[in-house]
Amino acid sequence: MTRSVGPSADRTPVESADVCVIGAGPAGGLIADRLAADHEVVVLEAGPRFDPADRIERQERAIRPAFDRPDVWDVGGDRDAHSNGGEWFYPLNHARVKGIGGSTLHWQGMVVRLHEDDFNSGSERGVGPDWPIEYADLRPHYAAAERELGVAGADDNPYAPPREQPHPMPAFSPSYSDSLFAEACEELGIDMHSVPNARNSEAYDDRSACVGYGTCQPVCPSGAKYDATVHVDRAERKGATVLDRAPVEYLDHDAERVTAAVYATPDGTQHRQTAEAFVVACGGVETPRLLLLSESSQYPEGLANSSGLVGSFFMDHLFAGMGGLLDEPTRQNHVGFLTSGCDQFYDEADEETGPFKLEFFNYDGPSPVTMALTGDDWGDALLERIRADYGNHIGMGALVEQLPREESRVALDPDRTDHRGNPVPEINWTVGDRALRTIERANEIQREILEELGVDIGWQVGPENTGPAYHHMGTTRMGEDPEESVVDAELRTHDLGNCWIASSSVFPTAGAMNPTLTIAALALRAADSVAAALH
Amino acid sequence: MELTRRDAAAALAAIGATGGVALGADRVRDSGDGASASDEGADPITDEQVRASLVAVARVVYPEEVSGVEAFVNGFLDGRLTGDPHARALRETVAEVDGIARSWYDAPIAALSAETRDRLLRELGADTAEEDPDGTTAERVRYYVVNELLLALYASPTGGELAGIENPQGYPGGAESYARGPR
Ligand SMILES: Cc1cc2nc3c(=O)[nH]c(=O)nc-3n(C[C@H](O)[C@H](O)[C@H](O)COP(=O)(O)OP(=O)(O)OC[C@H]3O[C@@H](n4cnc5c(N)ncnc54)[C@H](O)[C@@H]3O)c2cc1C
Ligand code: SF4
Repeated sequence: MTRSVGPSADRTPVESADVCVIGAGPAGGLIADRLAADHEVVVLEAGPRFDPADRIERQERAIRPAFDRPDVWDVGGDRDAHSNGGEWFYPLNHARVKGIGGSTLHWQGMVVRLHEDDFNSGSERGVGPDWPIEYADLRPHYAAAERELGVAGADDNPYAPPREQPHPMPAFSPSYSDSLFAEACEELGIDMHSVPNARNSEAYDDRSACVGYGTCQPVCPSGAKYDATVHVDRAERKGATVLDRAPVEYLDHDAERVTAAVYATPDGTQHRQTAEAFVVACGGVETPRLLLLSESSQYPEGLANSSGLVGSFFMDHLFAGMGGLLDEPTRQNHVGFLTSGCDQFYDEADEETGPFKLEFFNYDGPSPVTMALTGDDWGDALLERIRADYGNHIGMGALVEQLPREESRVALDPDRTDHRGNPVPEINWTVGDRALRTIERANEIQREILEELGVDIGWQVGPENTGPAYHHMGTTRMGEDPEESVVDAELRTHDLGNCWIASSSVFPTAGAMNPTLTIAALALRAADSVAAALH
Repeated sequence: MELTRRDAAAALAAIGATGGVALGADRVRDSGDGASASDEGADPITDEQVRASLVAVARVVYPEEVSGVEAFVNGFLDGRLTGDPHARALRETVAEVDGIARSWYDAPIAALSAETRDRLLRELGADTAEEDPDGTTAERVRYYVVNELLLALYASPTGGELAGIENPQGYPGGAESYARGPR
């Protein structure tokens, strides 16, 4: 059911709801869509419903230097206050969006399956826990998730885990700069292959093919890049009720069940949404925060937290990169997505070195528009500068796994509250030496490739200046043992029989693949579990 | 290279006619009821004057080799002068620049020689300022005047081509050019 939007829209609770989904990103959106046809579903989302007609103007914010990345989707201010307590600074508001669609409004849209060994890090690589499920358990859900998101990909990656069906859309062609890299890689015996994109290489699912705006991250005006508004809208069409600007402040509960989600509306009123089942899908930081905010005399350490591990094991992927100038045109910045990668070194991971994947950039160096808006010149001088500086940049990236560490955690900051008076999340992020060694290893290979290509190397992101890839994982880990984990293999909390968590917060280890396809596959699997419990 | 109204339409398609989202302008000095520049002390300015002023500035900030500037800027402004609050702040800032031109050089900016227009913008500090929709005069002139025009040019196909990119960021130039080699 679509209720009108705007500050004074009807945001009262839905009577006799079967399922209450909290958070309208891809995890919440997919579950709502799966369940909406047969159940009374209500979705509570903290952020607003953005008007699709505004995307061109948000794109202007993405291009203009006056705006920071969080400004593009109105992130920041008291609502999104947070603090940093850890060894490493974490720029949380660059790493999320609140609103219908969640962080996929901003995301890049690379969608890759984890490798088989990622599910068995402890037994295969000698570090970290094994997941309570195998790749084979998730495989059909991965295929379903690829259909749901609309993934363009090819079967040319010899290092990818087994799959039985082709991707729903053909892969994007390799870029011109990929062809430059290919020569160097061939010389070195390094294999390049396509990378899957949640981005339409042809019209799919009523959305247009990519038209090349080139600002994919942080906004795709055409809708060719998947975002979770697709599933939230579809859930609504099937009968779900979606309330925006309705942040859940805590979950009311008894010893065994969640009884209500208590949420606020823009006018400051608090409401109670009751339901048979609750799905928490608030992302890897707000999910543990909501559980911690729901503490009670029954659960003084926070809800679903008998293990004491809610918030612990906060992980992200680390970035490693290198680039420079080539003495020939490289044709960067036409599009804002990647077309080639290299997973050849991924499964060499062991105790000492983690898995990592390599990326070949299509948008290295400044784009002419950005150069024009940030210089001290105009007229002919500006054009000369653009012609001199645009055109020869080339670069590579890599994502690297970090291990789960108990002290790396999301907690509540006792000294700081948000716009509603609730303690804000405090990020205590630490990384560990294995990840730093892995970054060094990725840098080594990047240097080899770039030198072979004849690049004059001008920048490097290594262990000393690395940063997060904005993938929040680990904070409500999945496992068989209730003393060692927060949710079971079906993503149901060990403590509360009617509460599921759909998020990368359930990942016991991170792998080095962008997480969202795995989030989506797990969410589809959890939807089956919720449906079974309701029957 | 000739700029056309089609380029203007493309620039608008890329960065948008203003209206829906308050870009930076909602942070501009709050003049409350949609009041115009007259409340700010500057003389009110007609849309014709805004257009003439921006065409004159474009002739300075655009490279020599582009032609068709007047039609391009006017086409672009058809979209940019319709919505609020961006359009309001744009008018206000142009009025401010024009007022300064009159007081320093005794003529509206459109009537100054190209050399004097260039000098005026530099004297205002718009060359070294970082754009900021609610900053100092220099920062606002950079945002609403200089960068407004540079954005229009370099997000359009002709501007992109000048710079060596047929599909500049912000322009939906298709998903093929990235795969082609240099010509
Ligand atoms: C710049 C950037 C690039 C990225 N690129 C990629 C990529 O290429 N590939 C990839 O796989 N991943 C990428 N990601 C990560 C990806 O966006 C996330 O993994 C994904 O969106 C997580 O989905 P989610 O549904 O779990 O959480 P989110 O998408 O974060 O959605 C959670 C939602 O819950 C809402 N919420 C939070 N708290 C409450 C509450 N108390 N009450 C009600 N609602 C609440 C939030 O407002 C939000 O809308 C990127 C992220 C960023 C920021
Ligand atoms: S390049 Fe394609 S996916 Fe990216 S913003 Fe443009 S249309 Fe969207």
